[in-house]
Amino acid sequence: MLWIVAYLVLIIFFLGFVWRIWGYIKTPAPLKIPTTPAPTTKRGVAWRLFTEVAFFHSLFKGNKWTWLGGILFHGSLALVLLRHARYFCDPLPPYFHYINIFGVIAGIVMVGALGFLLLRRYWVERTRLISAFSDYGILFLLIGIGVTGLLMKFVIRPDIIEVKVLMNQWVTLQGVGNPMPSDILFLVHFVLVLALLLIFPFSKLMHMGGIFFSPTRNQADNPREVRHIAPWAAKAEAAEKK
Amino acid sequence: MADYTAPEVLDDIIVPSPEEGATAELKPNPAVAKFMEPLGFPPPLSADMEDWPANKEEWEKAGGGKALGLSKMGNLLEKYRSLKVYMDICVKCGSCTDKCHYYIGTQDPNNMPVKRADLMRSVYRRHFTVPGKVAPGLVGAEDFDKEMLDKWITYFHQCSQCRRCSVFCPYGIDTAEVTMAARELMDSIGVGHKYSAEIVGKVHVIGNNLGIPQPALEGTLQFLEEDILDETGHEVRLPLDEKDADVLFIAPSADFFSEPHIQSLIGYAKVFHQAGIRYTFSSYASEAANFGMFMGSYDQMKKISKRIADQARELNVKRIVVGECGHAWRVAYSFWNTLNGPFDFLDPRFPVPQHVCEFTNDLIMRGGLTLDKEANDEYTVTMHDSCNVARASRMGPNPGGQFDIPRALIKASCNKYVEMDPETTHEKTFCCGGGGGLLTDELMDLRIKGALPRVTALKQVMENDGVNYMALICAICKAQFSKILPMYGIPMDTVGGVHQLVSNAIKLGDKKGLV
Repeated sequence: MLWIVAYLVLIIFFLGFVWRIWGYIKTPAPLKIPTTPAPTTKRGVAWRLFTEVAFFHSLFKGNKWTWLGGILFHGSLALVLLRHARYFCDPLPPYFHYINIFGVIAGIVMVGALGFLLLRRYWVERTRLISAFSDYGILFLLIGIGVTGLLMKFVIRPDIIEVKVLMNQWVTLQGVGNPMPSDILFLVHFVLVLALLLIFPFSKLMHMGGIFFSPTRNQADNPREVRHIAPWAAKAEAAEKK
Repeated sequence: MADYTAPEVLDDIIVPSPEEGATAELKPNPAVAKFMEPLGFPPPLSADMEDWPANKEEWEKAGGGKALGLSKMGNLLEKYRSLKVYMDICVKCGSCTDKCHYYIGTQDPNNMPVKRADLMRSVYRRHFTVPGKVAPGLVGAEDFDKEMLDKWITYFHQCSQCRRCSVFCPYGIDTAEVTMAARELMDSIGVGHKYSAEIVGKVHVIGNNLGIPQPALEGTLQFLEEDILDETGHEVRLPLDEKDADVLFIAPSADFFSEPHIQSLIGYAKVFHQAGIRYTFSSYASEAANFGMFMGSYDQMKKISKRIADQARELNVKRIVVGECGHAWRVAYSFWNTLNGPFDFLDPRFPVPQHVCEFTNDLIMRGGLTLDKEANDEYTVTMHDSCNVARASRMGPNPGGQFDIPRALIKASCNKYVEMDPETTHEKTFCCGGGGGLLTDELMDLRIKGALPRVTALKQVMENDGVNYMALICAICKAQFSKILPMYGIPMDTVGGVHQLVSNAIKLGDKKGLV
């Protein structure tokens, strides 16, 4: 049962994500609206997006504490995910042993940063006012995932061989008939991750893909040089000329 | 007119704590059928405008308003990627919450950009997303009902589309895009703003926002020519509707009649005189401003700016130069090519369009103008960057030219120049408080409060550096500040155009015909 649900979640996550991104792709941006000063070339735009995605450049300008919490969380999440390769890949690429320790530290930093972001959301009056249940919910979900992960690392270790076999078979699509994991902590961890994947395409978590489609960030500032026109506007123009 | 009191100006801009509903009652005057119908919008929901916008029973009874509005929202979501993406990806990080001049001035939390956008986002979630349909309470989804529309009317007319929030948003979410979409949606169900609708109507019929007919315009320009002749002894021309001129000059119509705008108009004329370039104003295309943008309407915007492209062909000019006007420059620079292009019938050696600051700066660079800085020695000058120029356009070949070029002109025209707090200039500049179609009397209280951050920064340099002239390049900023600054105890002639300084400094007759 768990595994059937797990596969369903995986399908919903992938299809949902692709469906949302496809929605962004097929919707045109009819006007040139980069927030200026903006780069004038495609290469410049790529760099701008990179500074946004890698360093949260605009957020840095906006709020230093939120930036700190955000960059610590996202950075450590990336390391933690990388470290998780050890539970999915067999054999593990050799150099992965060296990043293991960073992944472990990142796990602690990640939960700390999430806690900070949660407290900030609640304590700063302005952010409290803009927060819905789902905004707290996602934070709790991530904290739950992080804490169960850390507990497995430091307090109650599950049968890691069993986990690795289950995960390996899950991601290689051979796990439908597998038994439930015997370790309750791992089960909770896994179910929370499934919940996160399930809501991903339908929630603000889509910011991960959406940022690349934000016209104020992904357009080059060249409206005088290059005529920009959306298909629906071109169609209306053609109809006018007739 | 009611008495207004300006908020106290503190030593520095502070972020106030929110006060729920502080400006909930500040509403725009509704547009009646007379203004809506010529623009192709339906007449207002209720024929009896007494209780507008509280014509709630009609709204509910009709049900049509809601259905119509939602179908329009679906349509907008298909047409505008900005809207679609921005409805989805806000993570409520709060970076924008202290950035809006209207929030700082009014303390109303619905003036925090994220809350403003959430007014639309909650409706989007309720009617266009799975979680909003299944569990609206958990994700902040709300119905598009009478209370919601009421909030839309209020708060989407407390946004000046200045884009300051978009600078600080990690995803570049631009509340201006959301406000424009909301206003377009409201227009489509008969809920319009009188100020914008009336003005756009005038442009379509007469050719400019102020409704100045050709004879009046001609008279004014002649009068100005005589004035300049008396004052300087030089025959500086302000020609109207002249065929085969090199340049079609498009000024905001306020430049023809209002103070201090007209001083910049005189400045443009002197620059053309010295350059020896034949130019002309047009009575048919006598407006640079484009309130179609404030309405969020692509079609209106296109129709308004089409007058200019048509006139450029008709008059057989080689170039188009645009005067000092913020949103007009955004429309001209960023949108003209899209809306009315290609402009391949003009001289390809010049950018289309060209800003008058680019034009003048180019002349200065090439030694075409002699400027006597001492003529402005009575002034210590600072520069207010107008939002649409700063965050939605460019001048010159390099990013940031929109900041450097006007400053180069100022520095070439005067000896004493001071910058305001860098947190309030360049891309971080604060709106004057009257942009985005809000420069109207019924919103005076909002305009006064919205000017608070800019006034605070201005007062700092007035007290510390003796600044007595705030130069800028926007007709709306000029009108707003000359009205609002006195309420803060600052003389109204503290505000003026960049070309007003150029006008004072320019030496006529020294050189001519360089270009």
